Amino acid sequence: MIDSRTKLDSLQSVWKAGYDKEKARILICAGTGCIANGSLKVYEAIKAEVEKRNAYVTVEMLLEGKEGTSVVTSGCHGFCEMGPLVRVEPGGILYTRVKPEDAADLVAALMEGKEPVDRLLYRHPVTGAVYAEEHEIPFYHNQERTVLGNCGVIDPEELREYIAKGGYQALAKVITEMKPAEVCQEILKSGLRGRGGGGFPTGRKWEATLMSPGDKKYVVCNGDEGDPGAFMDRSVMEGDPHKVLEGMAIAGFAVGADEGYIYVRAEYPLAIQRLKKAVKEALDNGLLGNNILGTGFNFKIKIKEGAGAFVCGEETALIASIEGERGMPRPKPPFPAQSGLWGKPTLINNVETFANVPIVINRGAEAFRSIGTEKSPGTKTFALTGQVANTGLIEVPMGITLREIVFDIGGGLRDGKQFKAVQIGGPSGGCLTEKHLDMPLDFDSLLSAGAMIGSGGLVVMDQKTCMVEVARYFMNFTQNESCGKCVPCREGTKRLLEILERAVNGEGRAEDVEILEDLAEAVKDGSLCGLGKTAPNPVLTMLKYFKDEYIAHVIDKKCPSGECKALAAYAIDPELCKGCTKCSKVCPVSAISGEVRNPFVIDPEKCIKCGACVSTCPFKAIKEG
Amino acid sequence: MGEAVKDLKNDPATLPRRRFEKVNEIIQHHGTDLSALIPILQEVQEEYRYLPEEILTYIATVMNISPATVYGVATFYAQFSLEPKGKYVVKICDGTACHVRGSNPVNDAIRKRVGLRKDRKTTDDLRFTVETVSCLGACGLAPVVMINEQIYGQMTPEAINVIIDKILEEEGETK
Amino acid sequence: MNSENMVYIDNQPVELSGEQNILTLVRKVGIELPTFCYHSELSIYGACRMCVVEIEGRGIVAACSTPPTPGIKILTNSPRVQRVRRTVLELLLANHDRECTTCERSNNCKLQDLAKRFGVRDIRFGERDVKLPIDDSGPSIVRDPNKCILCGDCVRMCSEIQGIGILNFANRGFKVQVTPAFNKSLAEVDCVNCGQCSAVCPTGALVVKSETAKAWKAIHDNNKVVVAQVAPAVRVALGEEFGTPAGEIVTGKAVSALKKLGFDKVFDTCIAADLTIMEETTELIDRLQKGEADAPLFTSCCPAWVKYAEHNGSELLKNLSTCRSPQQMFGSLVKRYWAKELGKDPKDIFVISIMPCTAKKYEASRPEFEVEGVRDVDLVLTTQELSQMIREAGLDFNALEPEAFDMPFGFTTGAGVIFGATGGVMEAALRAAYEMVTGDVLEQVNFEAVRGMAGLKEAAVNLKGKEVKIAVVHGLNNAKKLLEKLKTGEVKYDFVEVMACPGGCISGAGQPIAQNTEVKKARAKSIYNADKLSQLRKSQDNPVVAKFYEKWLQKPNSHEAHETLHTHYTTRARISGEEIQLLNAEKEQKVDVAVCVGTCCYLKGSYDTLKEFMKEAEKSGLKDQINLHATFCLENCEEGPSVRVNDEVISGITPDKVSSLINTKVLDELNAVKK
Repeated sequence: MIDSRTKLDSLQSVWKAGYDKEKARILICAGTGCIANGSLKVYEAIKAEVEKRNAYVTVEMLLEGKEGTSVVTSGCHGFCEMGPLVRVEPGGILYTRVKPEDAADLVAALMEGKEPVDRLLYRHPVTGAVYAEEHEIPFYHNQERTVLGNCGVIDPEELREYIAKGGYQALAKVITEMKPAEVCQEILKSGLRGRGGGGFPTGRKWEATLMSPGDKKYVVCNGDEGDPGAFMDRSVMEGDPHKVLEGMAIAGFAVGADEGYIYVRAEYPLAIQRLKKAVKEALDNGLLGNNILGTGFNFKIKIKEGAGAFVCGEETALIASIEGERGMPRPKPPFPAQSGLWGKPTLINNVETFANVPIVINRGAEAFRSIGTEKSPGTKTFALTGQVANTGLIEVPMGITLREIVFDIGGGLRDGKQFKAVQIGGPSGGCLTEKHLDMPLDFDSLLSAGAMIGSGGLVVMDQKTCMVEVARYFMNFTQNESCGKCVPCREGTKRLLEILERAVNGEGRAEDVEILEDLAEAVKDGSLCGLGKTAPNPVLTMLKYFKDEYIAHVIDKKCPSGECKALAAYAIDPELCKGCTKCSKVCPVSAISGEVRNPFVIDPEKCIKCGACVSTCPFKAIKEG
Repeated sequence: MGEAVKDLKNDPATLPRRRFEKVNEIIQHHGTDLSALIPILQEVQEEYRYLPEEILTYIATVMNISPATVYGVATFYAQFSLEPKGKYVVKICDGTACHVRGSNPVNDAIRKRVGLRKDRKTTDDLRFTVETVSCLGACGLAPVVMINEQIYGQMTPEAINVIIDKILEEEGETK
Repeated sequence: MNSENMVYIDNQPVELSGEQNILTLVRKVGIELPTFCYHSELSIYGACRMCVVEIEGRGIVAACSTPPTPGIKILTNSPRVQRVRRTVLELLLANHDRECTTCERSNNCKLQDLAKRFGVRDIRFGERDVKLPIDDSGPSIVRDPNKCILCGDCVRMCSEIQGIGILNFANRGFKVQVTPAFNKSLAEVDCVNCGQCSAVCPTGALVVKSETAKAWKAIHDNNKVVVAQVAPAVRVALGEEFGTPAGEIVTGKAVSALKKLGFDKVFDTCIAADLTIMEETTELIDRLQKGEADAPLFTSCCPAWVKYAEHNGSELLKNLSTCRSPQQMFGSLVKRYWAKELGKDPKDIFVISIMPCTAKKYEASRPEFEVEGVRDVDLVLTTQELSQMIREAGLDFNALEPEAFDMPFGFTTGAGVIFGATGGVMEAALRAAYEMVTGDVLEQVNFEAVRGMAGLKEAAVNLKGKEVKIAVVHGLNNAKKLLEKLKTGEVKYDFVEVMACPGGCISGAGQPIAQNTEVKKARAKSIYNADKLSQLRKSQDNPVVAKFYEKWLQKPNSHEAHETLHTHYTTRARISGEEIQLLNAEKEQKVDVAVCVGTCCYLKGSYDTLKEFMKEAEKSGLKDQINLHATFCLENCEEGPSVRVNDEVISGITPDKVSSLINTKVLDELNAVKK
C-alpha cells in the first residue's frame, strides 16, 4: 500500500535501483500487430535461450540484488511494417522481422559481445543503408516520443517499472501541492489541445467542468478510437496504461470528480485486458480508490466496453452508451461540462489527451510549450500507412511538415511510386496535396486547408490511387456508421454515397457535379454531431484539389489513375500483338476475336474488365486505358 | 436411481437450462440499472453466440425496461447479432491499410467459396458467418482476416481458399 | 432596452426575457421557424434540423435546443440556413411514400406543408427503395413506416408521457425504423390504443383507423335503425375541422349534421355518463363503508387505462371500478331495453358512437360487450372520421341550423358533460357522493381542486366528518408514478381518476389534431362553460336517469344493473413470443410444464419457482419426461406465480409448493399418457 508521497518516492528509488541491476534487457513487441505476427512465440524462444545461459532475471530477482538479463514483452514499438520487433538494451539495437528460430543467434550476439545479427537489422528500402541502433533509423530519428515514451520501453503489465520510471509522480505532486483551480490553470497555460480530433483547449474544458455546480462529477476517457487505420490510442492503452490512469486521476482532482470511466471499443480486447489489470494494480497499491497517497482524495475508475459503433466516439453518444442507451448524440448545448453522464458535469477527453497530462505536470507548462507550435504545442501521434516505405505508429512535434513525415520518417514512397496526396484524419479528414508538403501540420493550419488532424490517421497515396474512390470509401464507412438520428447525416450521407458510387461505376450524371458539392455543404452545416459535420470532408477536399479527376469520372467516364475497374478500358496494341490467340482463349466472355497471326481486338461491350488477358499476353500488348 | 451421474457440465441436454441460469447470474452480477444493459447483452451473447428474442424479452422483464427499448439497443450496436452466428466467424478487416492492400477481393473470394449471396452474412448450415469489420489493428499485416480468434495476415483470394478448404476438411466435408 | 440583455434577430434588436431556446425567442418577432421533431410537451430531440439558424461567429445551430445568450446575432434566413432546410426536405421526400393524394393526412401533413412552404419542386436524390409492411393489426391505429420521417415524436410520447414505450428506434443509420419490439405488430405488444402517438405524428405514418365505410354501409341499410351517441369532448372540437375557433361548442350543429348524414336517432353520451356516476358513486360509498380496501378505487371509463391496468397489475384489477364506461352503458341500454320498447331485434339496431378517442374502438370490440353475437356498440367513429363524412356529404357545417338531441337519451346534467375534461369524472362523482353520504343538498358544486392541466391533482374532501382522499391523474406516466407511490405507501387515496390522454378526453387522439396546449385549454374551458350553463348540474338530479332506474334497473348496483352496466377484467400478456426452452423431454411419455416469467409472476418470485422445478425434476428422476419452459404471461397474474401443466394453469406455485405439484399433478398427467 503506497499510503504517502514519501512512500512513493522511496519505492521509486528502490525499484529504480533494482532495474538498474539489469545487465541487459531484451524487449519483444507485444502490441496487437506483432502478436498477430507471432511475437509471443519469439518471446518464448528468446526467454528460453537466456534461461539456458542461466542469465535470466525476473523483477523480483532484480530487487533482491541479482544481476542478469531481463526478457520482457512491451507495448507497440511503432514500426509495425517490420514486426515482430525486438530491441536490445544497452545500445538500443533494433531487430526486425524476428522469428523464433533467430532467438539463438540474437541472444548469442548479446551475451557474447558479438556484433549485432546483421540479417535482422533494418535496411532502408531506397538507400539500402543498414542501421543497428533504433534511434539512428530515420523512422525513429525524427520522432519525438513522449506520449509513446514508455511504449516499447517498459512492460505495460508491471506497475513497478512504471513507477521506477517516475510514474505517478505527477499525480502525487498535484494532490499534495496544488489546488484544483491551479491544476486547471497549468493545463490551460500549457496550451494542450484535445487530441481526439476537435483540438479544443483542454484547460478550458477542465475549468468549465470545475466551475459547473454540483457535488457529483465524472471524468470519462474516450478510448473508442474508431477511425479505420488508426491505432494510436490502442497502442497507448496497450503499451502504457498507467499513464492514462494517472492523467485521469489528475483530471479528477482538478475538476472535482471522484469517479472515472474509460470507454474502450470492444475490438480492442488486449487494451481492455491491460487497462483492467492496470486499474487493479493501481487500486491494490493505493494509487486509485479511496484516500490516494493518504491525502483524502478519492478516485476510482471503471472500464466500459463499446459494442461496435463508431459514432460512440462522439462525446454525447459515448455518454448515452455508458448510460445503456442507443449511442445517439444529443444536442449541444448543454455541453458535457455542464450536463453529461446522468446529467452531471462530466469531463470527457481522449486517451492521448490524458496521456499528455502527466507530461505537462512533470515538465511544467513552459517546457511543454517548447515543443510544437505556438497555438498547438506538444506532440501528436499518427498512424502512418499507405504507400510509404515505412508504415507504423509515429509521434512527432506539432508543426512538422508533411514532407518530413512522408519522406524522412516514412522513407518516401515505396517501389518507386509517385506521391499524389495524403489523407489525414480518416473519414472526418481531408486530403492534402503536393502543395501542402511544406505546410507545418497543426490544428489551425489544417482547418484552413479544409482538412483536420482528426485522431491522426495519415494515409499516403500514390498516382495510382483514385481520389474519387478514396472519397467513396470513406463515405461508405461514415454512412455505415451513421447513427440515423438526424436527417442530413442519415439521408445525406446515403445520397452522397450513391452519387460517388455512380461515379466510380461509370454511371455518373452531368448534374452530379453540382449536386455533390451542394449536398456535401448542406450535410456539413446541418448535421447534429461531429460525425455528420465532418463526413463530407473527404468529398469536399477531393472536389477542392482533384475536381478534374471527379469530372473525368462523371463526364468522360474515365478513371485517370486507373484504379476504378468499371471505367477501365482494355485495348490490344496492334503494333505489339502477334496474334498468338492466348488472350482470346483465356477470356471468360469471349470478348477477344481476330485471325491467327493478325492483331486481335477486344470488344468493349462484352469485356468485363477482369484483366485475365493482360496477365496472359506474353508480349505485354494489352494495356489498360 | 442407480444411474451413473452424467458429466453435467458438458451434457447437451442440460445446456438450455444452464444457459438460462447463466443469464440470471449475469443479470444479478450487473444489476438492473439501465447502464447495465449493454454489458449484460454482451455477456449473454457470449453464452448463446447470439441474442435470442425470448431471452431479450426476459431481460426486459427483469430489468423493467420496455422490450422495444432493449430491441433498440440490441439492433444499434454492430457487435450484437439477433441471428445465430456460424461456427466459424470470419472477420475481414476493411480498415484503410487493408482496404488499400486489397481486402475486397479477399472478401469476394471467401463469400463465393462458402456460398453467400447478396446481403446474407451466415450460411444456411450455420457453419460460416462472414462479416467485414473496421480495423483489427494489425495494419502491418494487411490485408488481415480473423477466423474466430485466429489472425491470418497478408491474405489473398488464393490463400483464403486454402484456409477454408482446410476447415471444411476438418469438418468432414470434402470439396 | 437593456443593452446587456439583447440579441439581434435578422439585424433587429430584441430583448431577452428568459426564453429557454431560440425557437421561442424568434416567435417574439413574428417568425415561425419550421420544425418536425420539436413538440412543446416532449423532450428536445434536435434531429430534424429544420429549425436551424445561423449565429454570426458560431455557425449553424438548431434553434430548439440552443439557449439565447446576450449579444449574439441571429440570422433566420441566411443562404446557408436556406440550403440546410431545403436539403432536409428534399432528403425526407426522397425517402418518403409520396402518394399524398390517397394519404389519410393529405392537407393535414407537416411534411406536405413545409414542402409547399419552402417551394420544393425538385427532388434531386434517389427514391425509396424499400417497401415495409403496413401494420393494420390493431383496432385503432394504422402504422405505415414508409411515411415515417423518424422524428421520434411518437417514441417520446409513448415513453415520456404514457410511460409505456412500445415504440422505439431500431437498427442504425439508413436502416433505422420506428417499430415495436422485434418488429412485432401493435396488436402483439402492450399498446393500449390511446393513439397519442398519432396525435403527435407530423405525417401519415401513424393515423387513426378509418371506418367510415362501415358507417355508410349501416346508414344506407334500410333494415337498420342507426343510432348515434355523441361524447362530450366531440362537441367542443368538431367545429375546429371547419374553421371555428378552438374549443367553440357546436353541439347543435353536430346533431344536425348527423341527422343530415342519415342517422335515425342522435343521442347524447353524457346521459350515460350521469348513469355511470350513479353506479360508480354507489360502488365507491359501499366500498368506503365496508372499509376493507387498502387501495383506492380507480375509475374505469378510459379504455386505454383499463388495458394498461390489465397488462400491468394483477393487484390493480381488484380495485378497478366494475362499472362500464358511458359508451358501453349506453350501448347496453339501447340494445337491451330500448330495442324492446321500439319493438326491434337488437341486431337491427346499429349503434355508432362519435368519440374523441381511438381506444374506444378497441373497447367496443371487447367480447364482454357482446350479447349473442350482437355488439352493444357496433362501431366507433372519431371526431376526425365524422368530419370526413360531413365533408363527403358536401354539408356546409357552419351554415347548419342547430338541432337538439333526441329523447330518451338526450338529456344530460352538467356533471355528465364534464367527463370530457381531466378531473371531470371525479368532480361529477364528488357532487353525487356528497349528497349520497351526507343527505344534504350540495350548494357549491364546483370542485376547483380537480380542474386544470397539472399532471397530478389531489384533494381531501370532507363529507360530513368522513374525509375522502382523492387524486386525479392524466397521462399514463403520471398514473404509473402514482401507482409506484401507492405501492411504497408514500401516499394513500380512496378514489383515483385516471385518464390516459394528457388533458383528458378533449385531447383524445380522435380529435382534430391540437397544435398546442392552448387549444386543449380552450376545449376544456368550453366543457366547464357548458356545465355552468346547465340547469341541472348533478347526475342524481337527472330525471331521465331516474326513469331508467324506475323502468329497467331498479336501483344502482342492483342485480340487473350488474348484469348490464358492469363488467369484469382479465389480465393480459404484454408481448407475444416464443418460450424459453429449458428441459427437453426425450421419452415418449412426457408432460409439458411452463412456468410464467411475465412481469407479475416474476415479481412474485417465479424465477425461484423455476429453479426449484429444475432441481426437483432432476431429483425425482423425471428429467427426461418433462418439457420445461419459461413462458411470458399465462395471463393469470393475480394468482401467480403461475405454472401450466399440459393445458391447465395452476395458481400460486411458490417454490415450496413445487415438489408436491410434481408428485401430484405432473405425475398424474404422465400416467394419463397411454403408452
